[in-house]
Amino acid sequence: MATVEMTFTPLPTHVRTARLVATAVARRSGVAEAFLDEVRLAVGEACSRAVEVHQEHCPEEPVRVALTGSSGRFEVVVTNSAAHGGDAGWQGAGSGAAPGQDGDSQNGIGRPSWAHVPAGPQNEGSTVTPAGTEGMASSGESTAPGFPPDLPQELGLAVIAGLADDVEVSRTGDGLSIRMSWPSGGTTG
Amino acid sequence: MDLKLGHHTTDGIEVVDVEGEIDVYTAPRLRELLIDLVNNGHFQLVVNMEKVEFLDSTGLGVLVGGLKRVRAHDGSLDLVCTQERILKIFRITGLTKVFGIHDSVDDAIASRKSEK
Repeated sequence: MATVEMTFTPLPTHVRTARLVATAVARRSGVAEAFLDEVRLAVGEACSRAVEVHQEHCPEEPVRVALTGSSGRFEVVVTNSAAHGGDAGWQGAGSGAAPGQDGDSQNGIGRPSWAHVPAGPQNEGSTVTPAGTEGMASSGESTAPGFPPDLPQELGLAVIAGLADDVEVSRTGDGLSIRMSWPSGGTTG
Repeated sequence: MDLKLGHHTTDGIEVVDVEGEIDVYTAPRLRELLIDLVNNGHFQLVVNMEKVEFLDSTGLGVLVGGLKRVRAHDGSLDLVCTQERILKIFRITGLTKVFGIHDSVDDAIASRKSEK
């Protein structure tokens, strides 16, 4: 059973609320202060993506977030209900792989071809390089061709993978869920 | 706080001051401002993010979009940011290689002037 479960109307204005709640529950669950910003950012990214997908495919369905703090882990699961046709941004994004399992895939969900996704905070220094940015050095040189239009979506998942200790994207009965977790110092009920 | 935006011209460069949170809800406003500035002929931009409290990939997309627009006019978009929690998302995404990121508005302006 989740420590906290919330659902919210898929509107951008509610993403901040989800971030705040997740951060508060993470703190109560004993997640180290140093990781709280990462929790906030990762949960925000997942919820933002879910909102965008819902707005496009099922605006009447709420986004679901389950927050669980137990057994030394704080886990967040964000589920969107757009099971088919609404998860294009997730397909090809997110390996379902635990840290270190680059290139693995679960449930037929692979990784964007451009993304080498670092596995969690322990890979400081590793980066994801969005396609189309290779020529965009800050020296003022002419730019490479433009960014793919869905850059923010895939970037969001890459950001999550770079922040969370463990990230898994999987299909659920209702749609698609992204699970991410961090170590926590305590347990809550 | 949501998002507070302002801009002013310094030495021919348009400085955009951003305060608050840049996320999926507030990013469109920043996007609109950057588009307006470019449409009004401002192609040398400095975005001051010292008072930004939160930035996600939506915000990154807006900044990248702004950079693309000014580059189309041989312009520039530099950032001012010293906050590690904001710089982290640039590092994770590799966008530190794309944007000039400076410690102060003065440094950003001086850097841009020296390249002319």
